[in-house]
Amino acid sequence: METPPEPSEGEWDFYWCDVSWLRENFDHTYMDEHVRISHFRNHYELTRKNYMVKNLKRFRKQLEREAGKLEAAKCDFFPKTFEMPCEYHLFVEEFRKNPGITWIMKPVARSQGKGIFLFRRLKDIMDWRKGNAGKKLTSLEAQPARSTANPSGSHDARSSDDQKEDIPVENYVAQRYIENPYLIGGRKFDLRVYVLVMSYIPLRAWLYRDGFARFSNTRFTLSSIDDQYVHLTNVAVQKTSPDYHPKKGCKWMLQRFRQYLASKHGPEAVETLFSDMDNIFIRSLQSVQKVIISDKHCFELYGYDILIDQDLKPWLLEVNASPSLTASSQEDYELKTCLLEDTLHVVDMEARLTGREKRVGGFDLMWNDGPVSREEGPPDLSGMGNFVTNTHLGCVNDRKKQLRQLFRSLQGQKKASS
Amino acid sequence: MSYKWNHVASLQRPEIKLESLKEDIKEYFKISGWEKKLQNAVYSELSVFPSPSHPAAPPEHLKEPLVYMRKAQGSWEKRILKSLNSMCTELSIPLARKRPVGEQKELLNKWNEMGTDEPDLSLFRPVYAPKDFLEVLINLRNPNYENGDSLSFRTHLGLIQVPLKVKDIPELKEFFVELGLTTGQLGIDDSTQVPPELFENEHVRIGQKVLAEQDSAAAQQYIRQGSPTALRAELWALILNISSQPEDILYYEQLKTNVIQHDLLVDSLIYKDVKLTASNDDYYFVFEDYLYQVLLCFSRDTSVLGHFAYNSASPPKSYIRGKLGLEEYAVFYPPNGVIPFHGFSMYVAPLCFLYHEPSKLYQIFREMYVRFFFRLHSISSHPSGIVSLCLLFETLLQTYLPQLFYHLREIGAQPLRISFKWMVRAFSGYLATDQLLLLWDRILGYNSLEILAVLAAAVFAFRAVNLMEVTSLAAAEAVLADLSTLKVMPLLQIFLFATVT
Repeated sequence: METPPEPSEGEWDFYWCDVSWLRENFDHTYMDEHVRISHFRNHYELTRKNYMVKNLKRFRKQLEREAGKLEAAKCDFFPKTFEMPCEYHLFVEEFRKNPGITWIMKPVARSQGKGIFLFRRLKDIMDWRKGNAGKKLTSLEAQPARSTANPSGSHDARSSDDQKEDIPVENYVAQRYIENPYLIGGRKFDLRVYVLVMSYIPLRAWLYRDGFARFSNTRFTLSSIDDQYVHLTNVAVQKTSPDYHPKKGCKWMLQRFRQYLASKHGPEAVETLFSDMDNIFIRSLQSVQKVIISDKHCFELYGYDILIDQDLKPWLLEVNASPSLTASSQEDYELKTCLLEDTLHVVDMEARLTGREKRVGGFDLMWNDGPVSREEGPPDLSGMGNFVTNTHLGCVNDRKKQLRQLFRSLQGQKKASS
Repeated sequence: MSYKWNHVASLQRPEIKLESLKEDIKEYFKISGWEKKLQNAVYSELSVFPSPSHPAAPPEHLKEPLVYMRKAQGSWEKRILKSLNSMCTELSIPLARKRPVGEQKELLNKWNEMGTDEPDLSLFRPVYAPKDFLEVLINLRNPNYENGDSLSFRTHLGLIQVPLKVKDIPELKEFFVELGLTTGQLGIDDSTQVPPELFENEHVRIGQKVLAEQDSAAAQQYIRQGSPTALRAELWALILNISSQPEDILYYEQLKTNVIQHDLLVDSLIYKDVKLTASNDDYYFVFEDYLYQVLLCFSRDTSVLGHFAYNSASPPKSYIRGKLGLEEYAVFYPPNGVIPFHGFSMYVAPLCFLYHEPSKLYQIFREMYVRFFFRLHSISSHPSGIVSLCLLFETLLQTYLPQLFYHLREIGAQPLRISFKWMVRAFSGYLATDQLLLLWDRILGYNSLEILAVLAAAVFAFRAVNLMEVTSLAAAEAVLADLSTLKVMPLLQIFLFATVT
């Protein structure tokens, strides 16, 4: 490999950047062909809740037109959501049709569980609408963020003090709260899954085998909707719960979760659940495919938050463009360092890969301008045709071995061709 | 087992003929599945109770035939009880008290989330820890056995100095024949590289058939090769002969009522143990609430007293206040006669992975306890008793890894000091859960705990290279601190079947 020229100030080949930097600099930064940057310019089409809903709704309508109701129903993994305040009247209509159910109000651009509250009565949000945001709002803001800075993707990086003064006029979404979440040990949890998108046009996405289930520290009950600690499973929120003991960690690796489900529901049910999750990843990416500016320099590692309900149906809660990479335990640290390492392998600055690989370390190629099949892997358990997607979420991750074999064979190929 | 009298009543119908009554009943039993249930019940009794002994043997012999063992168990029990009583006096807490109505209501409301309660447990200490128990075992001596002062190649270099018969590798190979290299195993032959047509698919199919037949004995034979994840809960229930009948659920509810009405000192010990062990575990913390629901009820379950007929231990006796020494006022304390020690809750934690309904989880744990776990903390000569397991472990190591054994002994790191805690807990909390369940499959399959000693030796064999380089007990502990990455079945197979002996 030839030695690169001495980089002058501002010159770089690879940048794992903040979204705020991106917003300010991307449009007027020249990048050489080989340069890589870790975000897409308008990633918020996927990661801001209101845009995501809009894109998904639009995509669903398009699917219904082109392929019929059955196909469109595959996009029904997102709980009914209304943007506030512009869709307020539509929301009220829906609200009245379903009296007694619980709704959750989430700010579109904040993360770590900030600013979220649950409600059942229109009165609760009418107060909010009048600018009289519920006491929950200010008391939540007053809590300092315990984990290190995690760029929230919002346009304004305000300090918590500012936020106390002026009630934010930012957008919210009102979303139907999933009242029958799957519980383990009486506790609610959500899943964090990592998806790496290398390009949108064509759509190339990789799924990481590891991930984790994040548990709420307190027992789930609908009677305490004021207790945000029960309902919000974000580790950042749990860390501030009085019950939280750092030693507990409150996370399960996905492998453990998968085994637990298999012992309770059998392997077929688990296969179905995981392929429904694949469906979520792919469709959500497809819905923004035409909107996102697909710059060849860009790639993005998304953190998907998935909630499972008692019927083993997965729901998409949100997609994070900057998933937290701080570690809450040794196991967590290993997962995240390996995740980053494998991300760099796939980005492949060293140009070692041929581009035909279906697996790199813990990443499996999930979509390559079309579904990717497992082929040489074990036969399809569901018995429905031979096609099984090339995803192994929650499965054995023997990445070290695979990487060794991969790079050895790549080296061999290079030697042979030189 | 309850009899369904309404079925029997149907035999009074006119078409029943007296001449063929015997055959008809037999036929009826077969069709209705009761024959299988009877068989399973008998099989269960056979598995649990010791084989019939000499008619003149007194009941103590059924508990433990060797006098010196009985005596040692008796003194150990006295020590535990003394410790419990002194804690009781120190803290001025009664061994048992009736809860005021307000407290009862509160507890009932909190029943499903007792883990959120954070009572002040700082003054409570576990009654004993495994290492205290180890010291007692180390000092066990058979007064009829003269070792002689001279060292020979037959001298046992380990900590246990009682002459019990333990199996050697050839005998173990015969005993564990289904774990051999040519027999398919779950935990080995279901790994990702092996195509499932070779073993796994067929094994699952057979498992489903065994469950359909509801045959305990067949299930026990089947599970020697491991249980498929999806079938495990049912298979274990079948082997342990547990079926959730309405009366079982009622019984559990009754125990729950006992917990609500009365508070026992032992409850605080249980709380403390759960908080110290299972709640801190990366995986079992989720099941904290289930652990209280099982263990608190377990303490009050007098049906557990039945197992003391074949357990060398005896339930501690306490007297109603003011009536010390008067037998009519003697009660067993705790009601089930089992005083928990540090780590006790780890017997229950892995079961939470399989059973989610409290009364079923309870039954399974209780049965596992009275069949297996009690042997891990009472002094007896039984081949699955902890003393035999320790001796088996040390003998295997000394015989087949003499260099390692000698080296560790020289640096003051007697191997048993490290492996004891693994065996007392049946490896719960040390192995990854899926591996632990594969191990416990074999405990059920072979109706023996000897596999714990074999695994312990296999672990030492696996890490022998690193262990040869350590120069202190602490360093040896460090090498063996983390077992969570170990794969149990390959280790066992290699140690038993692939090592040159």
